[in-house]
Amino acid sequence: MAVTFLIPAHLAALAANQKTIRVEAQSPTVRGALEALWQRHPALRDRVVNEQGEVRQHINIFVGSECIRFVDGLATPAPEGSEILIVPAVSGG
Amino acid sequence: MPQVKHVPVRAGDVLLMVGTMKGAFLLRSNAARKRWEKGGPYSVGAPVYAMALDQRKGRHRLWWSEQSFRWGTVLRSSDNFGRTFTEPETYSIKFPADSGVTLKNIWQISMGNAAEPDAVYCGVEPAALYKSGDVGGTWELVRGLFDHPHREKWVPGGGGMCMHTVMPDPVDSKRMIIAVSTAGSYRTEDGGKTWRARNQGVRAEFLPEKYPEFGQCVHKIAQSTSKPQRLYLQNHWGLYRSDDGGDTWQDIANGVPSDFGFPIVVHPHDPDTAYIIPVESDEYRCTPEGKLRVYRTRNGGKSWQALTKGLPQKDALETVLRDSMATDSLKKAGIYFGTRSGKIYASANNGDSWKLIAEGLPPIVCVKAAVIEETKKAPRKALAKKAAKKTAKRAKR
Repeated sequence: MAVTFLIPAHLAALAANQKTIRVEAQSPTVRGALEALWQRHPALRDRVVNEQGEVRQHINIFVGSECIRFVDGLATPAPEGSEILIVPAVSGG
Repeated sequence: MPQVKHVPVRAGDVLLMVGTMKGAFLLRSNAARKRWEKGGPYSVGAPVYAMALDQRKGRHRLWWSEQSFRWGTVLRSSDNFGRTFTEPETYSIKFPADSGVTLKNIWQISMGNAAEPDAVYCGVEPAALYKSGDVGGTWELVRGLFDHPHREKWVPGGGGMCMHTVMPDPVDSKRMIIAVSTAGSYRTEDGGKTWRARNQGVRAEFLPEKYPEFGQCVHKIAQSTSKPQRLYLQNHWGLYRSDDGGDTWQDIANGVPSDFGFPIVVHPHDPDTAYIIPVESDEYRCTPEGKLRVYRTRNGGKSWQALTKGLPQKDALETVLRDSMATDSLKKAGIYFGTRSGKIYASANNGDSWKLIAEGLPPIVCVKAAVIEETKKAPRKALAKKAAKKTAKRAKR
């Protein structure tokens, strides 16, 4: 199923400068969509998730307007036609 | 974003590698060390806790760690002093998936000795050691230490559970000393397969048992390159020397205003000379009496002398962190340190006098120094001279 990722400039630089990436996911979850994204652009993986496969603390992922942290994490549904937004959190010092 | 400036680094120059909470900077000077030129920042905005220069086999490979709070910790390298640098597709240092552990930071980058000219080591947080046998192409977790039965009892210090000291022995490549806050120091003599705690005589002020086998909060260990068995240790309370490679430690806090501090370095040519910057108490952690003083021993810690010439002696409430002091290898040794307030002080005469060479930097967490060696490639001028000689010879014939 087709989903579309919207990614920030830092990641776009590692994905042939594309800020919008459409992928065909094998399963209708955020995890499935991300797996398809890693296949297309492997450099994005380590920047978005850690070695345990967890989304990095200061990265937020939204399906539509819902932050997956408050839904079901990587198991959050991402049905056909979803827009998935990856954004760095507003944090730091 | 700030404009990145590159410095031209030539053979014979002294290079300071300065890691800050907002990126890395390079400072270069010729051997006189009177004027310094500043380059950077690299990894803009990210804490850079570890830097190193690999000059083995004619390389000029600059290494640094970038701890992005967003994108994770990545190890970078550059073969042209920062003009271009690596952007690895996948991060080279990662814990195995089955370890249940995730990398927080890289605290130390160390080169293998002459017998291991392609080996590079990284000390990381949570405390673990990584080794590359191919100059950073591939990396492996040193399992002998990671699986050590003590490891589950190690606890983080204020800076995190960091491996901040990684010292391959200058002579014996099977031997290495590492130190972890808060675990103490460990030594291997079989290339990392087995490790033994080496903390006998080192106090753990904050534990019920004051001299445990391990669990000390070692802040930094320095090793003499000319006499590798001679080590100096700055502890979380306590100042020590070992003359047997860490088997035993003697208290050498003789006449210092505080035995609390972070950095400690050894003179590059004199094993009896070492430098520290004491700070007042583990709650305050600033230079005592508002005086920025480096203390130097010239007799292996029997006594210490305050070095103040050129350093502020009023209203100087400074903190110098564990990896923010370094020496170069010139005959009249250069000694350098960076403060949390973004200043760098340098001495070009073994510490006798000091000069502020940079200020206004972000908080400094790492200072390393190197004298730039000639590369093995013949320089263009030399090649041109050789070619001209040949032509002249032919013309004579």
